[in-house]
Amino acid sequence: MKSFAYARAADLEAAVKLLSKTPNAKLLGGGTNLVDLMRENIEQPDALVDVTGLPLDRIEERPDGGLVIGATVRNTAVAGHPVVRDRYPLLAQAIVFGASGQIRNMATVAGNLMQRTRCLYFYDHAARCNKRAPGAGCDAIGGFNRMHAILGASDSCIATHPSDMCVALAALDAKVNVIGPGGARTIAFEEFHRLPEDTPDMETDLQPGELITGIEIPPLGFARRSLYRKVRDRASYAFALVSVAAALEVDSGKVRNVRLALGGVAHKPWRATEAERVLAGANAGAESFRQAAEAELAPARGLAHNEFKIELAKRTIVGVLGELAGG
Amino acid sequence: MPSPDRTPKAAPIPPAGSALILLKINGVDHSLSIDPRTSLLDVLREHLSLTGPKKGCNQGACGACTVLVDGQRVLSCLSLAVQLEGREITTIEGIASGELHRLQVAFIEHDGFQCGYCTPGQICSAIGMFQEFQNGLPSAVTGDMAAARIEFSDAEIKERMSGNLCRCGAYVGICEAIHSAFDREVAK
Repeated sequence: MKSFAYARAADLEAAVKLLSKTPNAKLLGGGTNLVDLMRENIEQPDALVDVTGLPLDRIEERPDGGLVIGATVRNTAVAGHPVVRDRYPLLAQAIVFGASGQIRNMATVAGNLMQRTRCLYFYDHAARCNKRAPGAGCDAIGGFNRMHAILGASDSCIATHPSDMCVALAALDAKVNVIGPGGARTIAFEEFHRLPEDTPDMETDLQPGELITGIEIPPLGFARRSLYRKVRDRASYAFALVSVAAALEVDSGKVRNVRLALGGVAHKPWRATEAERVLAGANAGAESFRQAAEAELAPARGLAHNEFKIELAKRTIVGVLGELAGG
Repeated sequence: MPSPDRTPKAAPIPPAGSALILLKINGVDHSLSIDPRTSLLDVLREHLSLTGPKKGCNQGACGACTVLVDGQRVLSCLSLAVQLEGREITTIEGIASGELHRLQVAFIEHDGFQCGYCTPGQICSAIGMFQEFQNGLPSAVTGDMAAARIEFSDAEIKERMSGNLCRCGAYVGICEAIHSAFDREVAK
């Protein structure tokens, strides 16, 4: 690991100043991803600004029934929060399906958003990777790409975003509150993470010097009936091949409201807007669910080893919606 | 000619080098001068000779380095020690008080280990896991996230302990030991 300077941010203002005025500085939360990447010399910050002492560690209920989750709240605290468990079960579920108990105790909400891909070519200095070394090329495209993206990939990068929690947040229409040298602003969740295009090293909409202060979740009453399903190679503690987060409201046999997002399939948590469009007002049955899945996955492209994910994603969508619609 | 006063309120970050920190480990204060790169695991093992926590993978995959920080289980290999000033750190060496902890006794009675390498992490993890369970935290096998009561079943224990690997495959004994130590305490 390369040597770095360490400082605790005393308050939010100090954190913004330290981040924007210190060359090559990075924020440190739980460290579960960053420390590992630094040990592998993938990340080489000259300075770390520790934000875990900032007053961003609370979950607050909003008057409209929504929630604001502070950036440094640990993943376990979100999954265990009574309001999350009751009103947003898909979010609690997505979190407990991710990582291990120890990592969930350490990892922060903002760190979960900021985590890097687990593409093995990104981790391997002997491999070419446009994300690690822009312009170098991508060895995953012609390599072993079973875990890689089927939607929104580019000729530069086929990596996936590894988060479970973010898939639920995408389905919930969350917003990301940030603050920076230019002041505070709010980013729609869908706009926060980027597709790779020809700059896969640029992963989020965060501008230099900006940091996440919290996540806003709208009331979304029908999310009480929601589900997160993760398909993976082993029963626990593994990244998703495909995951589906969904909330569904059925009225007289018709879909009244639906939210759907996919994980493990793209460079960002994938909000399934095409499937949602097909489902709006449709019969809440297997046939419509399959049509919606087909529509969403129509632009999907398989590579040598991940073609199976396309049908897997469709079946998982149908299965999850079927479970939410039944009973 | 000095520029107008645009001094940031925050002092610049001191250069890389060493940091002086105070860590409370197993009830004892330790004042240490460390490189900020040092993981909690390396502080414990290399600076303080607390070799109970093991360096298995050193990348957060195996759980052998699990310790408790303020009662919560964490991976000491991915924790930077400089972040833990003022927190209560408990390693396997601090679990027993005079006599063995009942979970340690149960591990012996139920053959919860073979080579023993993962055992300190398994025991610290299980203690933290049981507290999470008692707090009502759901898991990936709980089903209803809002459930008021969760059964302390084999399936729940296995899922909640999946961050601790055992290459000898002593999982059956580990699961029995956890039941044996904690079943009677499960919140009714």
